[in-house]
Amino acid sequence: MGSTAVEKIISRSAGRAVQVGEFVEVPVDFAYLHDGTGPLIVDALGKMGVEKVIDPDRVGIVFDHSVPPYSDQAATLQAKVRKFARSQGILKFHDLGEGICHQVMPEKGYVSPGTVVIGADSHSCTLGCFGLFSSGVGATDLAYILATGGTWLKVPETLKVECTGVLKGKLSSKDLILEIVKMVGTDGATYKALEFSGEAVRQMSQSSRMTMSNMAVEMGAKTGFMEADAKTFEFLGRTGPVVKTDSKTETVTVDAGSLDPKVACPGSVANVKSVVEVEGTHIDQAFLGSCTNGRYEDLYEAAKIIKGKKVHQDTRFIVIPASKTIQLAAQKDGLMDIFQEAGAIIGVTGCGPCLGVHMGVLGENEVCVSTSNRNFIGRMGHPKSSVYLASAQTVAASAVEGKITDPRRFA
Amino acid sequence: MLKGRVWKFGDDVDTDVIIPAKYLRSVDQTVWPKHVLEGLDPSFSLKVKLGDIIVAGKNFGCGSSREQAALAIKWAGVAAVIAESFARIFFRNAINNGLPLIECRGISKLVEEGEVIAVDLDRGEVRTNNGMLRSVPLPPFLQEIVNSGGLVEYYKARKKVH
Ligand code: SF4
Repeated sequence: MGSTAVEKIISRSAGRAVQVGEFVEVPVDFAYLHDGTGPLIVDALGKMGVEKVIDPDRVGIVFDHSVPPYSDQAATLQAKVRKFARSQGILKFHDLGEGICHQVMPEKGYVSPGTVVIGADSHSCTLGCFGLFSSGVGATDLAYILATGGTWLKVPETLKVECTGVLKGKLSSKDLILEIVKMVGTDGATYKALEFSGEAVRQMSQSSRMTMSNMAVEMGAKTGFMEADAKTFEFLGRTGPVVKTDSKTETVTVDAGSLDPKVACPGSVANVKSVVEVEGTHIDQAFLGSCTNGRYEDLYEAAKIIKGKKVHQDTRFIVIPASKTIQLAAQKDGLMDIFQEAGAIIGVTGCGPCLGVHMGVLGENEVCVSTSNRNFIGRMGHPKSSVYLASAQTVAASAVEGKITDPRRFA
Repeated sequence: MLKGRVWKFGDDVDTDVIIPAKYLRSVDQTVWPKHVLEGLDPSFSLKVKLGDIIVAGKNFGCGSSREQAALAIKWAGVAAVIAESFARIFFRNAINNGLPLIECRGISKLVEEGEVIAVDLDRGEVRTNNGMLRSVPLPPFLQEIVNSGGLVEYYKARKKVH
């Protein structure tokens, strides 16, 4: 009887063989936080009486949630975290304008395959696609890690999602993961690790893989694991062990080759339909960005659709690259010009309107089609606004038409 | 043993409806309980009383890692949350802040809004007008964190021992 990849990674960290269901205390190889969760972490450390974090080299901080700060209070709280970073000698500190934490941490090569990573943000499951165990926690948990170097975990069962076939044409890994959320449900992987495997995953880019692991938490999962390979190492600029599952797990199968474009309709990420079923739904805003789909390939695919066309007169189209590195590359290749000429609004890199507080907040009864990961009530603004989640291709096509549109119409 | 009046909520109560992001970046932390659960019931914070108990369906607290969700509920005076199941980060955040939780299958069908129920946290028992439900109590070390009042207190107590 073998073990799952996640069991092996946690065993290595714990220094002994662990089993599913066990509670274990494990050292954490790398921890990160952002300006949203940072202030409560600094408070918790203060209450604990901790003056020095245990190892500043194993900590990353990124300011991404309020970029630039949208209120005096947001600025005051950022100043508190900035001061903390400096006084603790945390050098992996990325101030306003570097990007979204889940993008910046791997882009800078701070994490390694085979390790345990914890972030003070629910989408820290994203980094699981680098062949490591990465999970999100709240502020007090993260403070405890900074104080002690470790955390407690319940060793999760693994639910494997075998993705057969290969994505075609205007289809992307966002369509695939939306289909998977529909199959698994919003709590179908609670307390479990998801592991994505199969030909479709092997064939896709590391960026496309990030989109999938990003949404593991929308099914309740602790992490969205994928085996590391050459593409993983290239992205991180470093190699590491390739940890594989060699035991039997619960498995579901999805055929990536037979998908059509998908949207998650308002209210629940699992409320997934084919784009053709809701085509023609009026939109007020289209958003291309976030830690789910703000990467170079997303901008590239969207730009291909929108090139030489105009954003619909009744729609605002907001484009925000997920990091400065991505923005610079896109600028160099003329993608940002294409968006601006089409009438899109370019925002400064960061989370932007994804969490509904600035840079594109929805008004009463407004509708947005977004590449982000959550469409809960009020997520992007007014409690009576609604959000459809879709791929970069679908969002770009919809921005042109002013209504939800199948990107396959754009040859 | 806790006794409290029940407020009922459905499945998939997410952290954006528990406390919308627009209130998070406030340096005045007393705003959080004032807006607790306003996404589902705008007058909830006015109606909830000290010692009341929230009973919910599955996947309570799904969504973001914002610890303010657990704090807003605790500071609004809620004594415990009982749900069919919890999202894992919310579960950790509640324990780490000393907000008692019980995961109890079948609870949402058994309990009516407004009734007074009794909860035995150590034994994982819930007594309702329609009978008693038993669930698995927290493992001892998590119980210890809750009993210490949260992870900060737990850390301080352990540090003294070492
Ligand atoms: S882009 Fe949205 S989902 Fe991603 S970290 Fe930022 S707020 Fe969270």
